[in-house]
Amino acid sequence: MTGTLDGFAAEVGPAEPVTVVGGRTQWSVGGAPAEDVREVRAPAGIVAHEPAELTVRVRAGTTVAELDAALAEHGQMVPLDPPDPERATVGGVLAVGRSGIRRLGRGPVRDCLLEARYVSAEGRVVKAGGPTVKNVSGFDLCRLLVGSLGTLGLLAEVVVRVSPRPAASRWLQAAGADPFALRRRLLGASSILWDGATTWVLLEGHPADVDAESAVVTSVAGGAAAVAEVAGPPPLPAGGRLSARPSALRDLRTGDHAGFVAEVGVGVVHTTAPVPPPPLAGPRELHRRIKAVFDPTGRLNPGRSVVTA
Amino acid sequence: MAQRYREPVTPPGPSTAAADPLVADLRRALAPDRVRTEDLELALYGRDASGIDAGGRAAVVCLPETTEEVAACVRAARAHGRPFVARGAGTGLAGGAVPVGEPVVIVTTRMTRILEVDPDERVAWVQPGVLNLDLTRHLATWDLHFAPDPSSQQACTIGGNVANNSGGPHCLRDGVTSAHVVALEVVLPDGSVTVLGALDPEPGGYDLRGAFVGSEGCLGIATRVAVRLTPNPPAVRTLLADFASVEDAAATVSAVIAAGIVPAALEMMDARITAAVEDYVGAGYPRDAAAVLLVELDGLPAGVEAHAAEVVRLATAHGARAVRVAADDAERALLWKGRKSAFGAVARILPDYYLHDTVVPRTRLVEVLRRVYQIAERHDLVVVNVFHAGDGNLHPLLLFDRRVPGVMDRVHAAGEEIVAASLEAGGVLSGEHGIGLEKKAYMDRLFGPDDLDAQARLREAFDPDGAANPDKVLPAGARCGDLQRAPEGAWI
Repeated sequence: MTGTLDGFAAEVGPAEPVTVVGGRTQWSVGGAPAEDVREVRAPAGIVAHEPAELTVRVRAGTTVAELDAALAEHGQMVPLDPPDPERATVGGVLAVGRSGIRRLGRGPVRDCLLEARYVSAEGRVVKAGGPTVKNVSGFDLCRLLVGSLGTLGLLAEVVVRVSPRPAASRWLQAAGADPFALRRRLLGASSILWDGATTWVLLEGHPADVDAESAVVTSVAGGAAAVAEVAGPPPLPAGGRLSARPSALRDLRTGDHAGFVAEVGVGVVHTTAPVPPPPLAGPRELHRRIKAVFDPTGRLNPGRSVVTA
Repeated sequence: MAQRYREPVTPPGPSTAAADPLVADLRRALAPDRVRTEDLELALYGRDASGIDAGGRAAVVCLPETTEEVAACVRAARAHGRPFVARGAGTGLAGGAVPVGEPVVIVTTRMTRILEVDPDERVAWVQPGVLNLDLTRHLATWDLHFAPDPSSQQACTIGGNVANNSGGPHCLRDGVTSAHVVALEVVLPDGSVTVLGALDPEPGGYDLRGAFVGSEGCLGIATRVAVRLTPNPPAVRTLLADFASVEDAAATVSAVIAAGIVPAALEMMDARITAAVEDYVGAGYPRDAAAVLLVELDGLPAGVEAHAAEVVRLATAHGARAVRVAADDAERALLWKGRKSAFGAVARILPDYYLHDTVVPRTRLVEVLRRVYQIAERHDLVVVNVFHAGDGNLHPLLLFDRRVPGVMDRVHAAGEEIVAASLEAGGVLSGEHGIGLEKKAYMDRLFGPDDLDAQARLREAFDPDGAANPDKVLPAGARCGDLQRAPEGAWI
């Protein structure tokens, strides 16, 4: 393990602007940080993993790949599913808050954070939440921290919920299969992707259930000739990311946004062309007040904001 | 049925509420018969299922039916300098809906409309007064359900579930209420109406939805809730395993989880409650078991069968004397009837009970259970345990007869020690009942001053004047940082 929580807090200090750096894999989300700001990095390393608890305590600077490898030894996984797990850090993925393409089956990133120790704008280590999978002791600051882009506090150490790895996992590619029919009929799909013409489905679970659901895919696709097992998902366009109601995906047509891959049943659309950031949900004034009470001087990640202009 | 103990009700003094200009304002906003000032009603709405008496009472009770009426109630309260308390069915066990002082009590039980069900997107908009079980029954048409299933689900409201981030036996795999609420329309403490969260997956801004769920009415009042709907599983298996020791049952719980199986529900009952339940409902529970585990597996058929076989194997390997697998829906319902009748069955032992709710790491269940028995014995009390073993959520019931002089002191002392034992084992204060008034004084055992200060900041951002359900959750002085501690390096 590298670094301690108190060491990180001392490095952050009580004053002057700081920018927290993870793996820089989603660096542009929320706007580029102000230049010439001192950079800090959260400590790294797995603190405790007790497989029978279905939780892991890990320092925020640990890469997702390192955590995933440690959990895999015990047949477990976390729902942190970034595009570049070798570089992306646990703290970075949580702070950005974007779920991966398996959200349909594994749930959103925001649900997996049980406890956070973060460094506040005052430079102090603060605990939010608790280490157990069930906990309603006080206000749920963990939900607020996920997706907050490090603007309310800098994640130092977290406890996240883990789950068993599925016994079987199979990606199918089906040309012409109606992804919305698949969404209705499949219960074990962890991901359904669609580019307007081709559908990709990730089936996970007991091998016999995966076989049975594969037969459903074949039937919806109109025959075995239209379905092929593939190694993984298609490459995702990285020009933009749209958030839409799942039913609105039906209106997408091939070539929209200069090409897209949509997460059916979820509503995230990966686009080739840039798209505007999502509109603010909730009152702007409430967002301003939340930022003001947690970071009165605006020293945490200046330049970056969850609030679009 | 046993009674959860309630402090004796102090007869309320005569109310002058009817002449109050606040009441006049409220009666202009709501139909006059939905603004109540009768002494009996003010007293009734001054309590919830916790029985806690904070010495307060409702100044006036409002029964709005629409979002606009809730907002009008909040604005009227604020205009007259009164705090307000939201209340659903009053099934809360931590005193979260009990008035402190003389607030306006805003009751959501008449907001019972299921506004929209979208089976395609698997989401429904409901008013907060819809009962949990009514929602799930309504959804049966589409083969869907609302996953959180607290034991009070026949009586508790969705708004109450949101306020307490409620759980239930089936939250082991599917998660608590927060994971099943995608958006909320709320009335903020200033009386404005807004929507937190959204029906799309990545709305812009902070996750205010997540911050609001579980905030026990301290951040505002939810007036419409968009809940995520879960498909009914095609296959279900329910098993009852009979153990000669609590240790064997607990070891089986850990072994099941470690084997990569997360059951839909995994419940434990100890010897005394198992026997009492069997006497009460005759569910076929083994009367001489030291502990029983009720395990439910659901999902796709092959996985369910494989996991059921593995659970039987693990239970047997850990000393189970017998494992009964429900053969059909009727037998399955009977096994669940035993579990769900537990609180009623305790009356066969003693007339009153006090129900606790803490969570400990699953791997320390045995050790904490042993301490719970020792604590009860030391205070000369009977304790029974019926709880969500899969997620370490303990529910010790202290049983007593309130007519015995001095017994309440022993009950409270034992309860405090149980909370302390759970925290010492690395646990938390509450798994699903919340903090409310009951555990406010224990918050500083789980959180340090900086941690409590952070929670108080969230509240300050939503409710700078502290008008929404004051004096709940956070102990007095939680927002102390700016008063007691200057920033390091500050010049003072």
